[in-house]
Amino acid sequence: MSEPLLTRYVREPNSFTLDFYTKHGGYEALRKALAMTPESVIDVVKASGLRGRGGAGFPTGLKWQFVDKTSPRPKYICCNADESEPGTFKDHVLMERNPHLLFEGCLIGCHAIGAKVAYIYIRGEFYHVQEILERELEKARAAGLIGSNIFGTGFDYEIYVHRGAGAYEAGEETALIESLEGKRAQPRLKPPFPAVEGLYGCPTAVNNVETLCNVPLIIEHGAEWFAALGPEKNGGPKLYCISGHVRRPGVYEASMHTPLRDLVYDERFGGGIRDGRALKCVIPGGSSVPVLLPDQLDIPASFDGVASAGSLLGSAGIIVMDETTCMVWAAENLLHFYRHESCGKCTPCREGGAWLHNILGKIERGEGQMKDLDLLLSIAGNIMGKTLCAFGDAAATPVLTTVRTFREEYEAHVREGRCPLPAPWRAGARTVGAH
Amino acid sequence: MNYGRGRYQSARQLPEEGPAFAYTEENRQRLEAICARYPPEQRKSAILAALFLAQQQQGHITRNVMRHVGEVIGCTSADVEDVVTYYTMFYTRPVGRHVLAVCRTLSCALMGAERVTEQLSQLLGVKSGETDAAGEFTLLEVECLGACDRAPVVSVNDHWHECQSPDDVRALVDGLRREGTTSLTGCHLRVAGDEQ
Repeated sequence: MSEPLLTRYVREPNSFTLDFYTKHGGYEALRKALAMTPESVIDVVKASGLRGRGGAGFPTGLKWQFVDKTSPRPKYICCNADESEPGTFKDHVLMERNPHLLFEGCLIGCHAIGAKVAYIYIRGEFYHVQEILERELEKARAAGLIGSNIFGTGFDYEIYVHRGAGAYEAGEETALIESLEGKRAQPRLKPPFPAVEGLYGCPTAVNNVETLCNVPLIIEHGAEWFAALGPEKNGGPKLYCISGHVRRPGVYEASMHTPLRDLVYDERFGGGIRDGRALKCVIPGGSSVPVLLPDQLDIPASFDGVASAGSLLGSAGIIVMDETTCMVWAAENLLHFYRHESCGKCTPCREGGAWLHNILGKIERGEGQMKDLDLLLSIAGNIMGKTLCAFGDAAATPVLTTVRTFREEYEAHVREGRCPLPAPWRAGARTVGAH
Repeated sequence: MNYGRGRYQSARQLPEEGPAFAYTEENRQRLEAICARYPPEQRKSAILAALFLAQQQQGHITRNVMRHVGEVIGCTSADVEDVVTYYTMFYTRPVGRHVLAVCRTLSCALMGAERVTEQLSQLLGVKSGETDAAGEFTLLEVECLGACDRAPVVSVNDHWHECQSPDDVRALVDGLRREGTTSLTGCHLRVAGDEQ
């Protein structure tokens, strides 16, 4: 792929404005889509093979097809802009620098599933992004691109921004719906899936920001063009978020042909490990997926490619850790996150996450015992697959993957009664061994 | 969620009663404009917005706020408490003029977030979760803020401050004392030549 499509203009001044967007061909895909039947829009998206960019990689066209169009109730699009997966910051860039692409995707989505309203659920911490979205929405509304009788076609599609208030779990699709309804962001039992009973009990499609941003490209250039941008079943452009111990952290757009190794080392992307250190491991898809070792990176950074190496592309949040990183500390850090963010609905996740975090803290402080390692695996195994949503698996994974891959490091903590790798970038209290 | 802390006890922690509370006319209108985004029978969808407005008006959420929000939205104050106690961005205690929220999750931690918190804590004389005696600063540790490329990240009220090395902490605090939030670096995604 020669040049970026989603992020082509994001570094140009005023790229987020309606003027800039329409000058660069914006809203033409919407015009084209409104002249198509909803069924043919869904067919094109299906044929493109677009897979959801939020983490699960589910085909978007199918998701839209499943929406119960025979229902007499209203239908809704919910755009998931609750970007909270640790290591993920791609939707942040799209919304702040290219919001009209998202609006266009939402409107085409409304047309496809027969919704009148799309809600963009944005995390509360993105307040400055929300301001931009609201301002640009107002401009698009004034220009007749959003609201009633768009382009004089007689179609009425509205977009509203809904601000969250700090909850990772709100990124789970049914929890997002609960939160939009004004409740705690806790997941629902599925089925019924949102396509049948979603927001206010109505048929609903929940789509990630990046997913919806791809839709105008598909309508404009066609399904075959889109599919050909990447490997089979992994078509289209992809945004990668690279953070941690790399020289050039940032959001990079590339095809899913790109080897994971290039994303970490190539000068066009991560640029290699900072300070000339050696790589220890990579978490390729946000904190909820298994780690990959340096010799496992020669795979395409696609949904299927990363899965073939035993991990997941997830939200494409690539967290890079160098040799100074203690993996017990890293697991403890992540379990602090999962303990804090557990919604509390399912017992294995609520109690198990806290238990895992306590044990990891004990081992990291040098107070652990060898039998704690098997206890960790046992608790994590009892969370895995035993909760309503994928959060439980996400919380168990950092423990399972680090104990299995770096068991000797855990054992060294127990044997030496201290952390053998107290990196200088960690808090002082830890490095001087208060053990 | 505070579940599982210590000995796996959960306790109902009610905010203080607080002074009498009602929205200003302006805020009430803003809230009604937000309610209009949802179907008329779904006013509860606006509850997060209602709480943000109340927090903006009064600084933190009290029992009187919860009662008033319940009346305006059309739900019980128990429903409001349910929501207030779940989401992390609602303060049920008074906070300082500047709330410094240090991202503590992995990508920021790998880049020195623990030391940023440590330095801030020393400089302000408060621990994470506390407010200084003058009511100027509250120090918080929060989970992933979604700007990991600029780690470690600190958010100040609704503003952002990015690319903090632990050594920059003093400049951040001094800047806030001197000029308030105008001293912040803002969002790195802005480009020279952007309209305001």
